[in-house]
Amino acid sequence: MNERPIRILLVEDNAGDARLTREALKQIKVPVAVHVAVNGIQALDFLYRRGEYKESPRPDLVLLDLNLPKKDGREVLEDIKGHPSLRSIPVVVLSTSTSPTDINRSYELHANSYISKPMDLEGFLEVVQGIEKYWLTVVKYPQELNA
Amino acid sequence: MTQSQKTESGLLQVLLVEDNPGDVRLTQEAFKDAKVQLAMHVATDGVDAMQFLRREGKYLDMPRPDLILLDLNLPRKDGRDVLAEIKSDSSLMTIPVVILTTSASDVDIESSYMLHANCYISKPVDMEGFLKVVRSIDTFWLSVVKLPPRGAL
Repeated sequence: MNERPIRILLVEDNAGDARLTREALKQIKVPVAVHVAVNGIQALDFLYRRGEYKESPRPDLVLLDLNLPKKDGREVLEDIKGHPSLRSIPVVVLSTSTSPTDINRSYELHANSYISKPMDLEGFLEVVQGIEKYWLTVVKYPQELNA
Repeated sequence: MTQSQKTESGLLQVLLVEDNPGDVRLTQEAFKDAKVQLAMHVATDGVDAMQFLRREGKYLDMPRPDLILLDLNLPRKDGRDVLAEIKSDSSLMTIPVVILTTSASDVDIESSYMLHANCYISKPVDMEGFLKVVRSIDTFWLSVVKLPPRGAL
Protein backbone atom coordinates (compact mmCIF):
# COMPACT_ATOMS: atom_id res chain seq x y z
CA MET A 1 0.00 0.00 0.00
CA ASN A 2 1.18 3.51 -0.80
CA GLU A 3 2.26 5.86 1.91
CA ARG A 4 0.13 8.70 0.72
CA PRO A 5 -3.38 8.82 2.15
CA ILE A 6 -6.22 7.17 0.30
CA ARG A 7 -8.24 9.92 -1.32
CA ILE A 8 -11.95 9.74 -0.87
CA LEU A 9 -14.48 11.97 -2.56
CA LEU A 10 -17.61 12.01 -0.45
CA VAL A 11 -20.61 13.36 -2.34
CA GLU A 12 -23.20 14.17 0.27
CA ASP A 13 -25.52 17.12 0.71
CA ASN A 14 -26.48 16.36 4.28
CA ALA A 15 -23.96 18.12 6.51
CA GLY A 16 -24.66 15.80 9.45
CA ASP A 17 -24.05 12.67 7.39
CA ALA A 18 -20.90 14.16 5.91
CA ARG A 19 -19.55 14.93 9.37
CA LEU A 20 -20.42 11.49 10.71
CA THR A 21 -18.76 9.81 7.75
CA ARG A 22 -15.62 11.88 8.22
CA GLU A 23 -15.56 11.05 11.92
CA ALA A 24 -15.97 7.35 11.27
CA LEU A 25 -13.24 7.42 8.62
CA LYS A 26 -10.84 9.12 11.02
CA GLN A 27 -10.93 6.20 13.37
CA ILE A 28 -9.08 3.75 11.18
CA LYS A 29 -5.40 3.01 10.88
CA VAL A 30 -5.27 3.77 7.18
CA PRO A 31 -4.58 7.44 6.47
CA VAL A 32 -7.35 8.99 4.39
CA ALA A 33 -7.92 12.39 2.85
CA VAL A 34 -11.62 13.09 2.56
CA HIS A 35 -12.93 15.71 0.14
CA VAL A 36 -16.59 16.62 0.30
CA ALA A 37 -18.80 17.73 -2.57
CA VAL A 38 -22.27 18.88 -1.56
CA ASN A 39 -24.04 18.44 -4.87
CA GLY A 40 -23.69 16.61 -8.16
CA ILE A 41 -22.28 19.55 -10.10
CA GLN A 42 -19.59 20.12 -7.51
CA ALA A 43 -18.72 16.42 -7.59
CA LEU A 44 -18.19 16.48 -11.34
CA ASP A 45 -16.25 19.76 -11.15
CA PHE A 46 -13.96 18.06 -8.66
CA LEU A 47 -13.55 14.96 -10.80
CA TYR A 48 -12.97 16.90 -14.00
CA ARG A 49 -10.81 19.48 -12.19
CA ARG A 50 -12.88 22.41 -13.30
CA GLY A 51 -12.95 25.92 -11.86
CA GLU A 52 -11.85 26.05 -8.25
CA TYR A 53 -10.95 22.35 -8.41
CA LYS A 54 -8.20 22.75 -10.99
CA GLU A 55 -5.63 21.35 -8.60
CA SER A 56 -7.78 18.65 -7.08
CA PRO A 57 -6.36 15.12 -6.96
CA ARG A 58 -7.98 12.11 -8.57
CA PRO A 59 -9.87 10.27 -5.84
CA ASP A 60 -9.18 6.59 -5.17
CA LEU A 61 -12.75 6.02 -4.11
CA VAL A 62 -16.04 7.88 -4.46
CA LEU A 63 -18.80 7.58 -1.88
CA LEU A 64 -21.92 8.80 -3.61
CA ASP A 65 -25.34 9.69 -2.27
CA LEU A 66 -28.16 9.26 -4.80
CA ASN A 67 -30.45 12.13 -3.97
CA LEU A 68 -28.46 15.26 -4.49
CA PRO A 69 -29.27 18.85 -5.37
CA LYS A 70 -28.42 20.32 -8.80
CA LYS A 71 -27.37 17.05 -10.38
CA ASP A 72 -28.72 13.73 -9.23
CA GLY A 73 -26.38 11.00 -7.95
CA ARG A 74 -27.59 8.67 -10.71
CA GLU A 75 -26.44 11.16 -13.32
CA VAL A 76 -23.11 11.60 -11.58
CA LEU A 77 -22.66 7.83 -11.52
CA GLU A 78 -23.53 7.53 -15.19
CA ASP A 79 -21.11 10.30 -16.06
CA ILE A 80 -18.22 8.74 -14.12
CA LYS A 81 -18.77 5.27 -15.52
CA GLY A 82 -19.23 6.54 -19.05
CA HIS A 83 -16.02 8.52 -19.10
CA PRO A 84 -12.83 6.63 -20.02
CA SER A 85 -10.56 8.60 -17.71
CA LEU A 86 -12.85 8.29 -14.68
CA ARG A 87 -14.46 4.91 -15.23
CA SER A 88 -11.98 2.85 -13.23
CA ILE A 89 -12.56 4.83 -10.01
CA PRO A 90 -14.64 2.67 -7.70
CA VAL A 91 -17.96 4.26 -6.78
CA VAL A 92 -19.79 3.08 -3.69
CA VAL A 93 -23.38 4.29 -3.58
CA LEU A 94 -24.34 5.24 -0.06
CA SER A 95 -27.99 6.13 0.09
CA THR A 96 -30.95 6.07 2.46
CA SER A 97 -32.97 4.46 -0.31
CA THR A 98 -33.64 0.74 -0.08
CA SER A 99 -35.82 0.71 -3.19
CA PRO A 100 -35.11 -2.29 -5.44
CA THR A 101 -35.34 0.05 -8.44
CA ASP A 102 -32.59 2.29 -7.08
CA ILE A 103 -30.41 -0.69 -6.21
CA ASN A 104 -30.86 -2.36 -9.57
CA ARG A 105 -30.43 0.84 -11.55
CA SER A 106 -27.23 1.67 -9.68
CA TYR A 107 -25.69 -1.69 -10.54
CA GLU A 108 -26.82 -1.25 -14.14
CA LEU A 109 -24.96 2.04 -14.19
CA HIS A 110 -21.92 0.14 -12.88
CA ALA A 111 -21.86 1.27 -9.28
CA ASN A 112 -19.15 -0.83 -7.63
CA SER A 113 -21.38 -1.48 -4.67
CA TYR A 114 -24.62 -0.25 -3.18
CA ILE A 115 -25.05 0.38 0.50
CA SER A 116 -28.12 1.64 2.22
CA LYS A 117 -27.47 4.04 5.06
CA PRO A 118 -29.00 2.97 8.32
CA MET A 119 -30.99 5.73 10.01
CA ASP A 120 -29.60 5.14 13.48
CA LEU A 121 -26.19 6.39 14.50
CA GLU A 122 -24.78 3.08 15.58
CA GLY A 123 -25.85 1.34 12.40
CA PHE A 124 -24.48 4.21 10.35
CA LEU A 125 -21.05 4.05 11.97
CA GLU A 126 -21.00 0.29 11.56
CA VAL A 127 -21.70 0.59 7.86
CA VAL A 128 -19.05 3.25 7.29
CA GLN A 129 -16.55 1.12 9.16
CA GLY A 130 -17.56 -1.85 7.05
CA ILE A 131 -16.86 0.16 3.90
CA GLU A 132 -13.51 1.38 5.10
CA LYS A 133 -12.37 -1.98 6.36
CA TYR A 134 -13.12 -3.54 3.01
CA TRP A 135 -12.38 -0.80 0.52
CA LEU A 136 -9.40 0.68 2.32
CA THR A 137 -7.58 -2.41 3.49
CA VAL A 138 -8.61 -5.34 1.29
CA VAL A 139 -9.37 -4.00 -2.16
CA LYS A 140 -6.73 -2.96 -4.71
CA TYR A 141 -7.21 0.36 -6.48
CA PRO A 142 -6.18 1.40 -9.95
CA GLN A 143 -2.77 3.07 -9.58
CA GLU A 144 -2.41 4.45 -13.08
CA LEU A 145 -3.20 8.08 -12.44
CA ASN A 146 -2.03 8.39 -8.89
CA ALA A 147 0.97 10.50 -9.69
CA MET B 1 -38.06 -16.10 -10.78
CA THR B 2 -40.49 -16.23 -7.89
CA GLN B 3 -40.40 -19.98 -7.94
CA SER B 4 -36.63 -20.21 -7.91
CA GLN B 5 -36.49 -17.71 -5.07
CA LYS B 6 -38.73 -19.96 -3.04
CA THR B 7 -36.73 -23.09 -3.72
CA GLU B 8 -33.55 -21.25 -2.88
CA SER B 9 -35.16 -20.45 0.46
CA GLY B 10 -33.22 -17.26 0.95
CA LEU B 11 -29.83 -18.86 0.46
CA LEU B 12 -27.36 -16.51 -1.13
CA GLN B 13 -26.01 -18.02 -4.31
CA VAL B 14 -22.30 -17.51 -4.91
CA LEU B 15 -20.49 -18.57 -8.07
CA LEU B 16 -16.78 -19.15 -7.58
CA VAL B 17 -14.81 -19.30 -10.83
CA GLU B 18 -11.46 -20.83 -9.97
CA ASP B 19 -9.33 -23.52 -11.57
CA ASN B 20 -7.02 -24.21 -8.65
CA PRO B 21 -8.58 -26.98 -6.50
CA GLY B 22 -6.62 -25.90 -3.42
CA ASP B 23 -7.95 -22.36 -3.66
CA VAL B 24 -11.46 -23.67 -4.26
CA ARG B 25 -11.31 -25.73 -1.10
CA LEU B 26 -9.85 -22.93 0.99
CA THR B 27 -12.49 -20.50 -0.22
CA GLN B 28 -15.26 -22.96 0.55
CA GLU B 29 -13.82 -23.55 4.01
CA ALA B 30 -13.57 -19.85 4.74
CA PHE B 31 -17.15 -19.25 3.64
CA LYS B 32 -18.41 -22.03 5.90
CA ASP B 33 -17.86 -19.74 8.85
CA ALA B 34 -19.93 -17.06 7.19
CA LYS B 35 -22.71 -15.47 9.18
CA VAL B 36 -24.91 -15.64 6.12
CA GLN B 37 -26.29 -18.90 4.77
CA LEU B 38 -25.05 -19.42 1.27
CA ALA B 39 -24.79 -21.96 -1.48
CA MET B 40 -21.48 -21.97 -3.31
CA HIS B 41 -21.21 -23.18 -6.88
CA VAL B 42 -17.87 -23.74 -8.56
CA ALA B 43 -16.92 -23.35 -12.21
CA THR B 44 -13.36 -24.39 -13.02
CA ASP B 45 -12.88 -22.53 -16.28
CA GLY B 46 -14.30 -19.58 -18.18
CA VAL B 47 -16.45 -21.59 -20.56
CA ASP B 48 -17.99 -23.45 -17.65
CA ALA B 49 -18.69 -20.16 -15.89
CA MET B 50 -20.55 -18.70 -18.87
CA GLN B 51 -22.57 -21.89 -19.30
CA PHE B 52 -23.55 -21.72 -15.65
CA LEU B 53 -24.60 -18.09 -15.98
CA ARG B 54 -26.58 -18.72 -19.16
CA ARG B 55 -28.01 -21.96 -17.78
CA GLU B 56 -26.78 -24.03 -20.66
CA GLY B 57 -26.20 -27.78 -20.81
CA LYS B 58 -25.86 -29.34 -17.40
CA TYR B 59 -26.55 -25.99 -15.77
CA LEU B 60 -30.17 -25.76 -16.89
CA ASP B 61 -31.58 -25.67 -13.38
CA MET B 62 -28.97 -23.50 -11.79
CA PRO B 63 -29.94 -20.34 -9.94
CA ARG B 64 -28.75 -16.91 -10.90
CA PRO B 65 -25.83 -16.08 -8.61
CA ASP B 66 -26.09 -13.12 -6.25
CA LEU B 67 -22.32 -12.66 -6.32
CA ILE B 68 -19.48 -13.89 -8.52
CA LEU B 69 -15.90 -14.46 -7.37
CA LEU B 70 -13.75 -14.54 -10.47
CA ASP B 71 -10.13 -15.56 -10.97
CA LEU B 72 -8.40 -13.86 -13.92
CA ASN B 73 -6.18 -16.61 -15.23
CA LEU B 74 -8.44 -19.43 -16.28
CA PRO B 75 -8.27 -22.26 -18.79
CA ARG B 76 -10.37 -22.27 -21.97
CA LYS B 77 -11.74 -18.76 -21.53
CA ASP B 78 -9.83 -16.10 -19.70
CA GLY B 79 -11.33 -14.34 -16.66
CA ARG B 80 -11.04 -10.98 -18.46
CA ASP B 81 -13.24 -12.30 -21.27
CA VAL B 82 -15.71 -13.71 -18.77
CA LEU B 83 -15.86 -10.34 -17.02
CA ALA B 84 -16.36 -8.47 -20.29
CA GLU B 85 -19.16 -10.85 -21.31
CA ILE B 86 -20.97 -10.58 -17.99
CA LYS B 87 -20.79 -6.80 -17.89
CA SER B 88 -22.02 -6.36 -21.44
CA ASP B 89 -24.95 -8.77 -21.10
CA SER B 90 -28.02 -6.86 -19.95
CA SER B 91 -29.38 -9.92 -18.13
CA LEU B 92 -26.16 -10.48 -16.16
CA MET B 93 -24.52 -7.09 -15.80
CA THR B 94 -25.95 -6.20 -12.39
CA ILE B 95 -24.43 -9.22 -10.66
CA PRO B 96 -21.48 -7.98 -8.62
CA VAL B 97 -18.19 -9.50 -9.75
CA VAL B 98 -15.29 -9.60 -7.31
CA ILE B 99 -11.95 -10.28 -9.00
CA LEU B 100 -9.94 -12.60 -6.77
CA THR B 101 -6.56 -13.30 -8.26
CA THR B 102 -2.91 -13.76 -7.40
CA SER B 103 -2.02 -10.99 -9.83
CA ALA B 104 -1.25 -7.62 -8.28
CA SER B 105 -0.25 -6.08 -11.61
CA ASP B 106 -1.39 -2.50 -12.12
CA VAL B 107 -2.42 -3.36 -15.67
CA ASP B 108 -4.70 -6.15 -14.46
CA ILE B 109 -6.18 -3.93 -11.76
CA GLU B 110 -6.86 -1.00 -14.07
CA SER B 111 -8.25 -3.10 -16.90
CA SER B 112 -10.53 -5.03 -14.56
CA TYR B 113 -12.09 -1.80 -13.29
CA MET B 114 -12.38 -0.53 -16.85
CA LEU B 115 -14.35 -3.69 -17.64
CA HIS B 116 -16.62 -2.85 -14.67
CA ALA B 117 -15.37 -5.35 -12.13
CA ASN B 118 -17.08 -4.39 -8.87
CA CYS B 119 -13.82 -4.73 -7.03
CA TYR B 120 -10.39 -6.21 -7.34
CA ILE B 121 -8.71 -8.23 -4.65
CA SER B 122 -5.32 -9.82 -4.89
CA LYS B 123 -5.12 -13.17 -3.14
CA PRO B 124 -2.52 -13.30 -0.42
CA VAL B 125 -0.29 -16.34 -0.91
CA ASP B 126 -0.19 -17.25 2.77
CA MET B 127 -3.07 -19.22 4.21
CA GLU B 128 -3.88 -16.85 7.05
CA GLY B 129 -3.95 -13.84 4.76
CA PHE B 130 -6.09 -15.73 2.29
CA LEU B 131 -8.68 -16.67 4.91
CA LYS B 132 -8.78 -13.11 6.17
CA VAL B 133 -9.47 -11.78 2.70
CA VAL B 134 -12.21 -14.30 2.00
CA ARG B 135 -13.89 -13.47 5.29
CA SER B 136 -13.77 -9.79 4.52
CA ILE B 137 -15.51 -10.46 1.20
CA ASP B 138 -18.11 -12.39 3.10
CA THR B 139 -18.66 -9.62 5.65
CA PHE B 140 -18.77 -6.83 3.12
CA TRP B 141 -20.75 -8.30 0.25
CA LEU B 142 -23.06 -10.49 2.24
CA SER B 143 -23.88 -8.26 5.17
CA VAL B 144 -22.97 -4.65 4.41
CA VAL B 145 -23.88 -4.31 0.74
CA LYS B 146 -27.33 -4.37 -0.79
CA LEU B 147 -27.10 -6.88 -3.61
CA PRO B 148 -29.26 -6.44 -6.71
CA PRO B 149 -32.78 -7.57 -5.91
CA ARG B 150 -33.80 -10.96 -7.21
CA GLY B 151 -36.35 -11.05 -9.94
CA ALA B 152 -35.85 -7.42 -10.77
CA LEU B 153 -34.98 -8.22 -14.34
